[in-house]
Amino acid sequence: MKTRLLATLFAACLFSAGAQAQAPIRIGELNSYKAQPGFLDPYKKGWELALEEINASGGLLGRKVEVVSRDDNGNPGDAVRVAEELVSREKADVIFGGFLSHIGLALTDFAKQRKVFFLAAEPLTDKITWQNGNRYTDRLRPTTYMQTAMLVPEAAKLKKKRWAIVYPNYEYGQSAAATFKQLLKAAQPDVEFVAEQAPALGRVDAGAVVQALADAKPDAIFNVLFAGDLAKFVREGTTRGLFKDRPVVSLLSGEPEYLDPLKDEAPEGWIVTGYPWYGIDTPEHKRFLAAYQKRWNEYPRLGSIVGYSSMMSLAAGIRKAGSTDTERLIAAFKGLKVDTPFGPMVYRPEDNQSTMGAYVGLTTVRDGKGVMKDYYYVDGASVLPNAEETRKLRPAD
Amino acid sequence: MLSGFAGQLLNGLAGASTLFLLAVGLSLIFGVTRIVNFAHGSMFMVGLYVAYSLAQWLAPLAGGAAAFWLSILLSAAAVGALGVLVELLVLRRIYRVPELFQLLATFAVVLVLRDAALAIWGPDDLLGPKAPGMKGAVQILGRQFPQYDLFLIFVGPAVLALLWLLLRRTRLGVLIRAATQDREMVGALGVNQAWLFTGIFALGSALAALGGALQLPREPANLGLDLGTIGDAFVVVVVGGMGSIPGAYLAALIIAEIKAVCYGIGAVQVFGASFSFSKLTLVVEFIVMAAVLIWRPWGLLGKPQGMVRGAAAAEAPIRPMRRAGVVATAALGAALLALPLAGQAFPYLTVLMIDLLIAVLFATSLHFIMGPGGMHSFGHAAYFGLGAYGAAALLKGLALPMELALAAAPLVALAGGLLFGWFAVRLSGVYLAMLTLAFAQIVWSIVYQWDEVTGGSNGMVGIWPSARFASKTAYYYLTLALVGASVFALRRMLFAPFGYAMRAGRDSPLRAESTGIGVIGVHWAGFAIASLFCGLAGALYAFGKGSISPETIHVGRSIDALVMVLLGGVQTLSGPIVGSAVFTWLQDWMIRATDYWRALLGFAILVLVLAFPQGIVGGLAAAWERWRPPAAAAEGRR
Amino acid sequence: MTALLKVQGLRKTFGGVHAVEDVSFELASGELLAMIGPNGAGKSTCFNMINGQLAPDSGSVALGGREIAGRPPREIWRLGVGRTFQVAATYASMTVVENVQMALLSLHGQLFRLWARAAALHRSEALELLAAVGLGQRADEPCSTLAYGDLKRVELAIALANRPALLLMDEPTAGMAPLERNALMQLTRDLVKERGIGVLFTEHSMDVVFAHADRIMVLARGRLIAEGAPAAIRDDRQVREVYFGSGRLVRTAHAAAPGSAAAGTRAAAGPP
Ligand SMILES: Nc1ncnc2c1ncn2[C@@H]1O[C@H](COP(=O)(O)OP(=O)(O)OP(=O)(O)O)[C@@H](O)[C@H]1O
Ligand SMILES: [Mg+2]
Repeated sequence: MKTRLLATLFAACLFSAGAQAQAPIRIGELNSYKAQPGFLDPYKKGWELALEEINASGGLLGRKVEVVSRDDNGNPGDAVRVAEELVSREKADVIFGGFLSHIGLALTDFAKQRKVFFLAAEPLTDKITWQNGNRYTDRLRPTTYMQTAMLVPEAAKLKKKRWAIVYPNYEYGQSAAATFKQLLKAAQPDVEFVAEQAPALGRVDAGAVVQALADAKPDAIFNVLFAGDLAKFVREGTTRGLFKDRPVVSLLSGEPEYLDPLKDEAPEGWIVTGYPWYGIDTPEHKRFLAAYQKRWNEYPRLGSIVGYSSMMSLAAGIRKAGSTDTERLIAAFKGLKVDTPFGPMVYRPEDNQSTMGAYVGLTTVRDGKGVMKDYYYVDGASVLPNAEETRKLRPAD
Repeated sequence: MLSGFAGQLLNGLAGASTLFLLAVGLSLIFGVTRIVNFAHGSMFMVGLYVAYSLAQWLAPLAGGAAAFWLSILLSAAAVGALGVLVELLVLRRIYRVPELFQLLATFAVVLVLRDAALAIWGPDDLLGPKAPGMKGAVQILGRQFPQYDLFLIFVGPAVLALLWLLLRRTRLGVLIRAATQDREMVGALGVNQAWLFTGIFALGSALAALGGALQLPREPANLGLDLGTIGDAFVVVVVGGMGSIPGAYLAALIIAEIKAVCYGIGAVQVFGASFSFSKLTLVVEFIVMAAVLIWRPWGLLGKPQGMVRGAAAAEAPIRPMRRAGVVATAALGAALLALPLAGQAFPYLTVLMIDLLIAVLFATSLHFIMGPGGMHSFGHAAYFGLGAYGAAALLKGLALPMELALAAAPLVALAGGLLFGWFAVRLSGVYLAMLTLAFAQIVWSIVYQWDEVTGGSNGMVGIWPSARFASKTAYYYLTLALVGASVFALRRMLFAPFGYAMRAGRDSPLRAESTGIGVIGVHWAGFAIASLFCGLAGALYAFGKGSISPETIHVGRSIDALVMVLLGGVQTLSGPIVGSAVFTWLQDWMIRATDYWRALLGFAILVLVLAFPQGIVGGLAAAWERWRPPAAAAEGRR
Repeated sequence: MTALLKVQGLRKTFGGVHAVEDVSFELASGELLAMIGPNGAGKSTCFNMINGQLAPDSGSVALGGREIAGRPPREIWRLGVGRTFQVAATYASMTVVENVQMALLSLHGQLFRLWARAAALHRSEALELLAAVGLGQRADEPCSTLAYGDLKRVELAIALANRPALLLMDEPTAGMAPLERNALMQLTRDLVKERGIGVLFTEHSMDVVFAHADRIMVLARGRLIAEGAPAAIRDDRQVREVYFGSGRLVRTAHAAAPGSAAAGTRAAAGPP
């Protein structure tokens, strides 16, 4: 009985392998390239580099790998249509991508409905792996919760009592602010939150916001603004003396995507999460940096790491699964170990979240450029809740 | 506390200058040409980009201060020239087409300029230099206040004064004022109207660019500024009164101050929960606009304006389909029914067709009020979104089965239509357009922030059809059946007394009222019916995607609907169907074909606009009228 | 028997302009009453207050003994008041016959029917009305292609659709050739006498007025300055001074620019 089953299985494998030996593995990719070109161009270069490396070393399972990449027009409705196109017309075996949280969530749900494997690369919202998590979706980048949690110990060390918070008025900002308040309160029970400003995303009236924060006379500030909002906030805050003798803890601001545009006006001494590509001297990062600079003739951004690691995660998953079959991929990603430029990481079996971490350090200006100093790597695993707590955050598969 | 408040008022003054410069040109352009110029925000954006580049080039040539100020002035001049170009190449050719059609052209210009900026300046935010000599802050009320903001506070009133002098003391000013009050009068004054329009377009664009360029030290140049600012500009123009320059300043002042005060108030305890007033800044200007439009539609300092009867030819009477039309429709229907058979070969076709059918219903429902009702809704996405969110909330919140949720969701949109329509139908023309826009923005901001019910900015997921309709083919047939029946029903209503009554109210409210037709009531009912069907489109969309987010209500979607209707031809019944199909297909195809799909789409729209100034169907119908044999023409008469 | 229309002490001011001041008159069924006066005298304003377009500042308008001042036009229409406008108001996107059908649909309370084919409803009745005003042949042409004079006829057909007891006609023959004018007024007269309708009309063509009116009122700067049979009006000294002294001016000004306010003020501002 048992042997017969094995034999059948073996034959099936042989047959399918024989039939597909020549056909490449097709991976679908979609992202808001045209809506967010600044962030997604490095990301694309990242996964393209990885793809080239994979194919140069003989592909996967003896097959070449092809990526069909699409723009999602920056909105979830079109993203779902594009995903559908990738699966039905382009016959993609798996899909990955996503940058904006709401699109990431829509794709997460699409994956569940269509029973396709989806690796969410960039979106940050906790919900992709927690409240709205499902077995078909894994996520690479450290979440809002994780990045906030990485900063809280540093914030607590400041021993400041009166905190002000400023965040863009949408889910990412709201959940970062809520997480920060919750975790800091736990770490430092006497903390007080004296001001909370939530300007509209991309439309901060920096002058008014800065004054309102200053008027609350906080001892320290937690900032979640990014991109253009951050630039306005920094310039206005510096001119108005908001940051004088006032520590600032700031989410993501150390990522080159956000720090570089500030040039020599980058703030001094903010405690940030980020990616100091210029100073990471682990062998795996050095190798990546050299390859990336050789291939693209420019330095990597955090997006490059995310793109590269996404592709490498899929490669590792497919190798481990020995196929691109959805169920086998799901199983393979449970506890999957992947080597990334940030070192080894694991896709946690309990919530399909990778343990990729981030660098925490201080901002400073060097040679007219904003950079991070005194940074250290925080492993994602160290800030994630344990398996039992995680199960409570997530619907059963 | 009090000094903090005063400080916020100062911030508001600086903001007011920016808003004023952004909007005043739009007000002038609208006042004189009556064009709803969507490209105005693009001029602001381009102004900032150009100033950034100029500042970089000039810095080594001239001294720091000279380079900075020169780049601001040159940028305004350059964009003024761009305005001339746009007017000459595009708008001048289409002044005599149905009302609002120029809007389509200006929207195409937005698309083209966006991609031009992307090509020239790249995708990254570009933060300009600080203003030389005004880098620091001065001590006011015990606070550091930036010198540059202080300077801005004076720029607004200074430009206001200059414009006032221009309007009161020069011949050009007399012409502008005359044209604003009565367009026909300009012809009587013996002026070349075309050059007046060109001039005003140049001036308006230059003012927008000046506003943009002056932001150089305060805000990074980025590609989102075009559509990001145009809403604010409209609000200021409408609140102040169209064509009124002091009104624009007053409105800018009010809005900027309200926002500053919202930030100043900060977080407040309401019923035990903490609410940050800063969140209100997302929508407060639209609340102000809605209030002003309801209370005083012509704006704070504007004058009630006579309706501009379009210079265009009257719409032809509607006639039932001729035999050829019936045959074509039947053939189309058969093809649509057979389409999933081709699904094996073209699996994506079914998916695309679902979206396309939904777009057809979306556009047809807008056309229902926009064409026959003459109500140009700029906020049609509100009803689409209410339908979509209604479906999601009924499915998830009340745990209704999908079929019931789909049936009931349009009622949510209907409720919205009844509420907002009640106010909107009392206005007409561009006032109605702006009020519907304001309502849509208010709905959007509620949906965007009401996490418990709508999922906030992330939206809601897991809104999938029941097992019966789970396959794409089944869902396609469901969509086809509902959209087909709805389009038929909407068309049928237009041939029914109700549709005639709507057109009567549009053609001549005077005649209608004096023959027993309550125009407001009829139009209100029309608005409600349109929102009902639009809600159905939204619900179909939600189940087709499995998820929804506030984007379903975003102003971009409202503009899409307008573009679809205008593209097909607002004066024809099949226009919205053709327009939405062409638009959806073009967009889907171009996004895949090129990185610069916006520009390509923009050019495609421009070509269509110039080739078919009555829309695609309108243009084809006119061509057929010219071409067909006289015998057939005579028959058509009868 | 009460008069069909009884107007008393009607007043309306626009800003500082006393458009209508203390106007009172009566009109019986079957009577053609002309209201004449120079441009800007307040004639249209009177009409607007009678059919509800404007609410009077004060005064009363009674139709068959029932007070109607201040009610909306559509209610007053339902009480049996038809109206034509100085600048013809028709539905440009409809055919001629549909214009008339529209009024009939309204009359029969069918405006909110969503399914029936409007073009098939009341068509024969509408065609009859059009035939009565001499437009039977052009029923299916788009209204937008009609000459101005013909539009006035369409208006008349529309105004007759609800079998009105009172017809208000603001310059019904403007834009017509002289022969056509008289033909139309004769037609109106016949219909009126046959159906017992009371007509209040204004006219700048004195030939028409004196040929067809049963009675004439003269309005100057908002006030009624004379009223009586045509012969009496022709002989009235005050009317001659205020009105006929500049009668020629009125007529030419009117022909040049119908309703032009600038020309109107000049005419009205004759010798006090
Ligand atoms: N809606 C209005 N707002 C302000 N003034 C008005 C309005 N309607 C009429 N008037 C003024 O009231 C006066 C009477 O106007 P009305 O139209 O009643 O005159 P008329 O006798 O009908 O003149 P015409 O022979 O030119 O038609 C004029 O001075 C006119 O300018
Ligand atoms: Mg008149």
